Amino acid sequence: MSEHEYTPKSKVGKWFNDRLPLLTLANHLTDYPTPKNLNYWWTFGGILTFCLITQIVTGLVLAMHYIAHADMAFQSVEHIMRDVNYGWLIRYIHANGASMFFLAVYIHIFRSLFYGSYKSPREVIWIIGIIIYLLMMAAAFLGYVLPWGQMSFWGATVITNLFSAIPLVGEGIVTWLWGGYSVDNPTLTRFFTLHYLIPFLILGLVVLHIWALHVPGNNNPIGIDIKKPSKDTVPFHPYIVIKDGFALLMFMIVFAFFVFYTPNILGHADNYIEANPLVTPAHIVPEWYLLPFYAILRSVPDKLLGVIAMLSAILILAALPWLDTSKIRSAVFRPLYKQFYWILVADVLILGYVGAMPAEGLYLLIARIATAYYFLHFLVVLPVLGFKERTTPVPLSITEPILGGSPNLAAVKKKDSFKDQ
Amino acid sequence: MKNFFRISFLIALFFGFQFNSNAAEKAEYLKTDWSFKGPFGKFDRAALQRGYQVYQEVCSSCHSMKYLSYRNLVEEGGPEFSVEQAKAIAASFEVKDGPNADGEMFMRPGRLSDKFVMPYENEKAAQAANGGAYPPDMTVLVKARGGGVDYIYSLLQGYEDPPAGVTLDDGVYYNKYMYGNKIKMSNQLSDGLVEYSDGTNASVEQMAKDVTTFLMWTAEPHLETRHKMGFKAIVYLIILTVLVYFSMKRIWSRIETKV
Repeated sequence: MSEHEYTPKSKVGKWFNDRLPLLTLANHLTDYPTPKNLNYWWTFGGILTFCLITQIVTGLVLAMHYIAHADMAFQSVEHIMRDVNYGWLIRYIHANGASMFFLAVYIHIFRSLFYGSYKSPREVIWIIGIIIYLLMMAAAFLGYVLPWGQMSFWGATVITNLFSAIPLVGEGIVTWLWGGYSVDNPTLTRFFTLHYLIPFLILGLVVLHIWALHVPGNNNPIGIDIKKPSKDTVPFHPYIVIKDGFALLMFMIVFAFFVFYTPNILGHADNYIEANPLVTPAHIVPEWYLLPFYAILRSVPDKLLGVIAMLSAILILAALPWLDTSKIRSAVFRPLYKQFYWILVADVLILGYVGAMPAEGLYLLIARIATAYYFLHFLVVLPVLGFKERTTPVPLSITEPILGGSPNLAAVKKKDSFKDQ
Repeated sequence: MKNFFRISFLIALFFGFQFNSNAAEKAEYLKTDWSFKGPFGKFDRAALQRGYQVYQEVCSSCHSMKYLSYRNLVEEGGPEFSVEQAKAIAASFEVKDGPNADGEMFMRPGRLSDKFVMPYENEKAAQAANGGAYPPDMTVLVKARGGGVDYIYSLLQGYEDPPAGVTLDDGVYYNKYMYGNKIKMSNQLSDGLVEYSDGTNASVEQMAKDVTTFLMWTAEPHLETRHKMGFKAIVYLIILTVLVYFSMKRIWSRIETKV
């Protein structure tokens, strides 16, 4: 790679770089050869980095004014909203920022699913991504508890109670998590501590995620291996930087709209009622980004199996590089997969919708069908499709529209000729 | 790019659908024009002052307003009472202070820096005085109810005789906008209940609208600043986006690929 040849021009730069190659790193990041055909779905990586930094910075400011105590948390949030200079702005950015973060991460994940970015040689990037996603969900859940509203309290009660489904030790684990016999002050203080910790774990994993990305380089919309650097690539700076910047600004406009004009629409009204252990809300619902998994949890009649189903729904993604047997990465050349992909998107949206509805009657039935289909997609459709699907010809390079290129040209050709006979 | 916008549109559509389904679970609320709605929405200063009067004369005997201070009444974007008016309002309440040098708690007239005086000593006292029901604190009430201002506005006017077959216990009233239709607060508003100093006719509808406007302000005291800042922020972002777009076009024109 090019960074090995890099030497700083100035004497001081060379002296420093020999001792700590920061300049080499900077040079690598700016020169990093990127496929020139990346579309706007690829800009969400940068957007997500922005989201993480925004959450950390606003979170730090909020933590300066927030009081993690069961008797004072709700009041301290109101103090932030009223008396802290621009506290309302910081809090609304932080609260809506969580939703924006998830919106971006879902687009990022589904982009990866469409273009097969999780496939060899990018499995490790993908798995680190899944861990980041899990940590994001943990951070979001913990953060939602901190204002100590009704939904905070009862959401915490419902989610922590899931651990009681574990045989033998379940009840003990729940008591240990709570730091007592119900969700109370010790629960709040430890949730606050963990909520503060997790973003920095995510930050570390993001560094690894990007590092792992820079080894094979970016996938691209046609999913072929490309030579780097070549006429198929552009240096990261300025080409990708300006494009990511443009997309980020458009994203920020949407973000600003939520923060300034509908700051509470993504939250639940009940969370403006102070937590009360004696009054249970009529419907306990998680934030929108957790709804598909909540629907899966509730669609299984048995508590333990429901928890297992919900966890499997996330963890199954980690096995995706091996469940998808097709050697072709991009859905562009996989006519059948493309259709199943959109069915999966619809399936997840349906799960999200029924997750917000009461678990009864028709909603429950739909949730069950959608849950079954979710697993069917990963466990049956994807493995079989790799063998059965007849893919369309893949170009050799991005710039030259010569067909016949593919990550595993021989394998695909063999399959095609087999079918022709 | 075209595909990108098409799919973004679908996502937006889905979310719109979600929010609608969340909102449309109750009876249709009464509608009125709220001056604070929309990106340029502002509070109607006179309505806020009248609303404060309704809160003070009607609601505050049971409902606390614990996150609000008397100084807030003066602040920009609120009812904007003059400092003298607000001081007089504060001084009309007795505030418990202390302990003094002798270790005694004592009562003194309220000051601007004091929080709104609570109608009851504690939650239990409030329940005892209200047949077991705790009158909720009103500071963030409109944000704590799914229907928001429309719900509060409707509820205040939603008292009816119960339909045939519905029996009500003692101290329970029928309200067509209440969840489950049974409410422990009796009808509070009647025409001419308060006397507005600005000569506005104190109809039930008018009082409901004024006090709901006031409650919107207590829940979102920085709403006007937020709206103004949002407009500036979004205009700024749009201009910057356009500039960056043309810079991007320029940079990418060095190579043949479209961006």
